[in-house]
Amino acid sequence: MSTTSVLGGIVRRREDPALIQGTGAYVDDIKLPGELHAAFVRSPFARADITSVDASAALAMDGVRAVYTIDDVRDLGPLLAQVPVGALRPLLADGAVHHVGEAVAMVVADDRYVAQDAADAVVVEYEPREAVVTLKDSASDRVKVNDSLESNVLMSWAGPFGMEPDQIAEVKAGIDAGKARDDVVVVSQEMTNQRLIPVAIEPRAVLADYNAGYNSFNVWSSTQMPHALAGAVATMFGLPTTSVRVVAPEVGGGFGCKLNVYNDEILVAFASRHLGAPVRWTESRREAGNSTIQGRGWVATATLVGTRDGEIVGYELEGLADMGAYSQNFTVAIPFLGLFVGSGQYKMPTYWKIDCVATNTATTDAYRGAGRPEAIYYLERIIDMYAREIGLDPAEVRMKNFVPAAEFPAATSPLGFAMDTGDYATNLQALLDHYDYAGWRAEQEAARAEGRNVGIGLASYVEVCGFAPAGLADLGFSWSAYGLPTAFNGSGVVRVNPDGTATVVIGTGPSGQGHQTTWAQIVSDQLGIPFENIRVRHGDTAESPMGVGTFGSRSAAVDGSATYEAAARVREKAAKIAAHLLEASEEDIVFADGAAHVAGSPDSSVPWADIASVAYQPHKLPEGTEGGLETHVVYSPANATWPFGSHLAMVEVDADTGNVEILRYACMDDCGNVINPMIVDGQIHGGLAQGIGQALFEEAIYDEAGNLLSGSLVDYPIPTAGDLPAYELARTTTPTDINAMGVKGIGEAGTIGAAQTVVNAVVDALSPMGVRHIDMPLRPRKVWQAIQDARG
Amino acid sequence: MEITLKVNRREVSADVEPRTLLVHLLRERLRLTGTHVGCETGYCGACTVHVNGTAVKSCTMLAVQADGADITTIEGLASNGDLHPVQEGFWERHGLQCGYCTPGMIMSAVALLDANSNPSEDEIRHGLEGNLCRCTGYHNIVRAVEYAGAKMRGEEPPPPDWEVSA
Ligand code: FES
Ligand code: FES
Repeated sequence: MSTTSVLGGIVRRREDPALIQGTGAYVDDIKLPGELHAAFVRSPFARADITSVDASAALAMDGVRAVYTIDDVRDLGPLLAQVPVGALRPLLADGAVHHVGEAVAMVVADDRYVAQDAADAVVVEYEPREAVVTLKDSASDRVKVNDSLESNVLMSWAGPFGMEPDQIAEVKAGIDAGKARDDVVVVSQEMTNQRLIPVAIEPRAVLADYNAGYNSFNVWSSTQMPHALAGAVATMFGLPTTSVRVVAPEVGGGFGCKLNVYNDEILVAFASRHLGAPVRWTESRREAGNSTIQGRGWVATATLVGTRDGEIVGYELEGLADMGAYSQNFTVAIPFLGLFVGSGQYKMPTYWKIDCVATNTATTDAYRGAGRPEAIYYLERIIDMYAREIGLDPAEVRMKNFVPAAEFPAATSPLGFAMDTGDYATNLQALLDHYDYAGWRAEQEAARAEGRNVGIGLASYVEVCGFAPAGLADLGFSWSAYGLPTAFNGSGVVRVNPDGTATVVIGTGPSGQGHQTTWAQIVSDQLGIPFENIRVRHGDTAESPMGVGTFGSRSAAVDGSATYEAAARVREKAAKIAAHLLEASEEDIVFADGAAHVAGSPDSSVPWADIASVAYQPHKLPEGTEGGLETHVVYSPANATWPFGSHLAMVEVDADTGNVEILRYACMDDCGNVINPMIVDGQIHGGLAQGIGQALFEEAIYDEAGNLLSGSLVDYPIPTAGDLPAYELARTTTPTDINAMGVKGIGEAGTIGAAQTVVNAVVDALSPMGVRHIDMPLRPRKVWQAIQDARG
Repeated sequence: MEITLKVNRREVSADVEPRTLLVHLLRERLRLTGTHVGCETGYCGACTVHVNGTAVKSCTMLAVQADGADITTIEGLASNGDLHPVQEGFWERHGLQCGYCTPGMIMSAVALLDANSNPSEDEIRHGLEGNLCRCTGYHNIVRAVEYAGAKMRGEEPPPPDWEVSA
């Protein structure tokens, strides 16, 4: 296989010198003179009516500036949500609370300690009501999550996509008919894909500063979507977007949890306007569990019908997904992203239906992978069970059922989506060969002979990223709710400055992905301007073109492509100028090493600084050429991109303790062409850690009354260095045909691939004892219990 | 209460409340914002600094307890513009993404290498268990520490293990 990297260079990150010396500035590091601090009074009940709020003691405290309740902010309306299905969140509780941790009042004071003390002094009287916490209970509509809801089941996502209900029913009937064949087995399992807390190490933080003279806001927020936040603030305060500047400075991880407009962001802006001073709020780790979105939370039954020799006849997934109490940015749309990849890499009749169910818990929304890890988890677990049932190797079963490479490009998935490019069999074969799968199996046999419980897990995945095609805007992939009814375009500005350096301005707001480095590589490759002479700016809505944000593994494929195109157009113009200066023909101009050269005449060249200086002296330009050297491109791809891959894990289970140790974890990912392999690796590593974290450790646990029992890092153990293995990575390269660089995206692949790979491995280790399935997280106690149960 | 301490080789005095945490003294009063806060409860390690040469989570220590101490934060690690080998290792081996855990992680790694100049991968992983990172999956943090360890021992660092094409 060949590597066809367009750029492919390992370049140390531009971002790092500041970050390793402590000079990068996150929101909480920025101080404004006279700034005030906000703190929230939060509900201890999952469901209650509020009978009174008494802030008098708090207001009497020294240094307290204000205590706000819903009466102060009701006029602003509820928190805007991009997909407003379900109950919308009032900015502060309006007569009732619907989850533990819901904000009831906001205190603003001179310092952080005083604000917290005053929040504790606000007396709220509640009349508790019955809460619904679990999915099945809620779906029964026995008790409503919120009086305003007609049903706790907010909507359903069913597929194949694009079909009428009766056509979908026909697909289902076809699969049901298959179940009756006498040459098939039917394998079915209900499984939980547990709720997770994203845990960015930087808690969310926001600082707002209202300027009365301009009637405008400056807002610094730890957000993945600065433009959407600016649009939301403008919309809620009835201002034009030009009156709101949002800056996302360094952002300490996001993973989807900062892909939301939050009520606290709107409220500090409100308080700043009201008090005439900057107001900030920084989330505490303790409140983050309930004040920031969570992810996952599905209970569903996967059913697979297949022949005894490994041909899949049909696949069904039916279940419930937890939305929490209020719908925020994308909430109910998350399972839709699962539908996109619901049939994975396989060609098989597929029926898919997930109901979006409200509960009296924190809101759920996008957490790394967002719907796709859930969908792939169910599919890859049930395929594994099927392989075991018919006694075939799991690799062989997968191989037999892949969408054939010949159907690409633009293969239509069984669930009705056009996929760009793919070569699944080649990728899986590469995984098996590169890591010597047969050798792994031999090692497993040897270990088993010694009485060790060693298992091997295999899983394949597709991802879909860059939800950018303009047509998707009609399905809600837009920031229309925030006053920005645009498609999810990519955007990039490339400007060559008069001294021959280049400034690149992008509308995304990264949170650790290294955009400054990758984008400088893209532009350097296009223009031949040295990497170190290119400066990439992002995250500031005042200086950047409208941008969508950093999520859905979209930045390189969508915004990178926009920048690539912008640089190409700048190059075209520069070639004209260079040709004029060198008295050569435009077609012969090539750019490299900081200069334009005439192909074939090594002595004939002009440095970028000279081209640029002429560009800004219009009288020296060729006739009819406009001054300046700058382009802004808005880019809309024809399709999303569909990366894919297969992963292998080897684990050992200690049957006495239930402890799982990952002995090896090996990947064969395919994200198309790669711009910076070092950064791509890093994205995979981090994604794997989050997938493995879900498989083995993490779970947001609510008790019957709706209390979050795992809100601290003690109760919610994200993996440490000692919990994780060294990862083995390799790749195949199947470029996409929908963008010029051939890049697909990599931000979520590791997470989408990992959880089921680990669970498959653990079940493989324990299958000789009769264990068939264990729900995640596979903590020692649960694994130990499963072993006891299997042994009877 | 008036306290005097040395921070990054400079003598400083401050009047602090008894309940002021060391991390807040560093961040809010001395404006050394490279030391981060991720949990304020001693679990994430983002606030790790050196107190008299030992790695300490500065959210678990009161400012008054640091009276008379010699403190080094991430801002004081490089000397005369030269990065510490651990800082260099993090840069060379992509040991950071968002950078939020990084100052604390680097301070812990420096302490780890001070105590054990040639740690195994396992020793590095367990030695850094008090520092959480959500971005890197730790792989490249381990490689960064290996790089730094080699440098500090005067050896050639192991080559990077970036992904290969099959
Ligand atoms: S902030 Fe000190 S350990 Fe987390
Ligand atoms: S680099 Fe982001 S938390 Fe470690």
